[in-house]
Amino acid sequence: MELLLDSLFNGVAIGSVLLVAALGLAIVFGLMGVINLAHGELMMLGAYTTYVTQLIFKLPILKPFYNSYIIVSIFLAFIVSGVVGILLEKTIIRKLYGSPLETLLATWGVSLILQQFVRSVPLAYGTGLIISLLIGLFLPTTFPSKIKESINFKYFKFSSWIFSALAGVLTGSVISSSVSKLSRASARNVDVTAPSWMRGQVEIIGTAFPKTRLMIIVITLISVIAITLFLNQSAWGMRIRAVTQNRQMSDCLGISTEKVDIITFGIGSGLAGVAGVAVSLLGSVGPNVGGNYIVGCFMVVVLGGVGNLLGTVLASFGIGIMTDLIGAGRLLSIWPDMPLPLSNTINFFATTSMARVMIFALIVIFLQFKPTGLFPQKGRMVEN
Amino acid sequence: MRISRRILAGLATASLAVTATSCGGGGTSGSFDDTVTVGILHSLSGTMAISESTLVDTEKMAIEEINAAGGVTVGGKSYKIEYIVEDGASDWPTFAEKSKKLIDQDGVPVVFGGWTSASRKAMLPVYESKDAFLYYPIQYEAQECSNNIFYTGATPNQQSEPATDFMYKRSPAAGGDFFLVGSDYVFPRTSNTITKAQVKQLGGKVVGEDYLPLGNTEVAPIISKIKKALPEGGIIINTLNGDQNVAFFKQIQDAGITPSSGYYVMNYSIAEEEISTIGPEFLEGHYGAWNYMMSIDTPASKKFAASFKKRWGADRVVADPQESAYNMVYLWKQAVEDAGTFDDNAVREALVGQKFDAPQGPVEVMPNHHLSQTVRIGEINAEGGFTILEETGVVLPQAWNQKHPSSKGFACDWTDPSKGEKYKL
Repeated sequence: MELLLDSLFNGVAIGSVLLVAALGLAIVFGLMGVINLAHGELMMLGAYTTYVTQLIFKLPILKPFYNSYIIVSIFLAFIVSGVVGILLEKTIIRKLYGSPLETLLATWGVSLILQQFVRSVPLAYGTGLIISLLIGLFLPTTFPSKIKESINFKYFKFSSWIFSALAGVLTGSVISSSVSKLSRASARNVDVTAPSWMRGQVEIIGTAFPKTRLMIIVITLISVIAITLFLNQSAWGMRIRAVTQNRQMSDCLGISTEKVDIITFGIGSGLAGVAGVAVSLLGSVGPNVGGNYIVGCFMVVVLGGVGNLLGTVLASFGIGIMTDLIGAGRLLSIWPDMPLPLSNTINFFATTSMARVMIFALIVIFLQFKPTGLFPQKGRMVEN
Repeated sequence: MRISRRILAGLATASLAVTATSCGGGGTSGSFDDTVTVGILHSLSGTMAISESTLVDTEKMAIEEINAAGGVTVGGKSYKIEYIVEDGASDWPTFAEKSKKLIDQDGVPVVFGGWTSASRKAMLPVYESKDAFLYYPIQYEAQECSNNIFYTGATPNQQSEPATDFMYKRSPAAGGDFFLVGSDYVFPRTSNTITKAQVKQLGGKVVGEDYLPLGNTEVAPIISKIKKALPEGGIIINTLNGDQNVAFFKQIQDAGITPSSGYYVMNYSIAEEEISTIGPEFLEGHYGAWNYMMSIDTPASKKFAASFKKRWGADRVVADPQESAYNMVYLWKQAVEDAGTFDDNAVREALVGQKFDAPQGPVEVMPNHHLSQTVRIGEINAEGGFTILEETGVVLPQAWNQKHPSSKGFACDWTDPSKGEKYKL
């Protein structure tokens, strides 16, 4: 019983990291069909946001609230990666809808740019840049419609960008003068330390569970529930689903597909940021952190069936549980006196490297029989 | 004649500076008769840049020190050392390509370079075919002995063997079972083969072994295996690389695998630089084994650390690989002065037997092109350094490991033409 619980927990823990990382991609790739190779780098931005937030919360003014920095950073990471995602959509991806190969190349280029950006720009000014982007993109939308419709709107827009640039430079220099670690560019990996209440273990029914893993499972659950509710219950969610199913028809019926694209991409990117917070709790934060996850993300989305959230959820937990079963040699402890050839085979695959090989092999075999994944999109895809 | 040569050298450095692939070693100074240009080849970009750039800094510092003390004296003439820095870009074929460039195009008499075994394996054929000379400063798995490489890092019998011995006999987990964790590439696998043979000799037991593919940071299956194999605590030998260590230590601490519950980790790839990245709070109470540790309390060691901080910033640290890099520049200088020429073959002969008072203590070049060194075992402390627990005497290097089944009974000797790379003892 204890063994089963332990194994199940491990599987769910591994799966939830995969799921939280793949959730954003399931939206961007699944719903919009955009192959976003910069997804990993949006995660990396989320991880760096956690690091910056942690350092800012060490300042004397915010010190009393230090223990809650991780909660704050979840929201900040969503915003930061979301804003960068929106910028990406507005400038690059919008021009490339319907040409997957070009999108793939362009987003790969973006991923390299983002990696180099965090290496060579001091994080304080990076933060300033994000803040000015945030203000510049959203301030004009808050103007009363009277101004928006006037012919002078472009001047208002222009001046709001100047204002945002000033705000960005100001925050950049304030942060760099108050937190010395953020004032210099560095290619070195940095470290996020979980607040003390999140370190160590909790005992549930006689088994000890690491708290960070539980935290990641909670983050994942909340993200999945929130995104499901958003897609199924809200008006924008309905529009997103409508555009996914039939873009031209939705356009004819008066849905602004442009806005839907921005929102979908923004949310998908924001979720990548949340995933970044989760992975920063497990390992170190560096420019290459996203690259470690991107393959796993695509694997999960493809296995689950493109365009289906439930499939993504099941696929990631499936892979997580399989990884633990094979990689930790669980079958041997469940059935200790199995015949020798079988136990030798299981032992052979019971290392992390070989387990990975085995998982990929199983996925390849599975996709031979069900090329569209666990839950293929049903009905006519008009765009095909 | 002399003037024109100096102008040529100046032009060469100027043109190189313009193409931005290199940095000259400073302006010309009146007190030297001539200049000699050496090659420095490490990764300045890519994943290895973080580690390898510290070696470039150290080698530059050593060269500046030598120049400040009058340069290299060969045949009564004093030479100022200048250097060309090439970027290996964490890409192994690039290391081979840049080596060719340094040897053929720049005509450097020596190249200081490399970090990963993969980069060394890629460069080796280049140096052997051109009969040039590479100085390689990293502790490695050995099982190699080239006439064209000089290895200043530790061989397994100068690092992992004394460390395993310490863990089994004198650590708080003495007599316990072993679990081996490493990244999935040549160094951890070779090192662990040696450790397994040694543990068997000592009468201990290796109860598990696992390798993490490079770039993978999911250590949950490894943790459950460790808990299953060592339920009451024990000895973990860790050869993970780079940031995989961060994931490993963060997660084992959360899983309750800590020194206070009887688990002690011995690390072969964690030096002062890595401790500050991972965070001493995750590493306190675990162990490391190196030839040089920053906390060595001798004037030579303090001077080395102080001059590095003075040159590159007060927050910088020095670690074992940097000390090896520092030593090799000085050993090259001594060998050149003894040989009285920059010619490779004469320098190679003069190199064997060179002694140097290194920051770690005295070192000497052995006939197998490796160094005799001191081994230290340290416990990681809360300040991010090592508390040195043990210090061996000078340990001779074994290019061919005597515990590895494939190389038992073999040795290397380049001073005797009949013995060479691999001969039976």
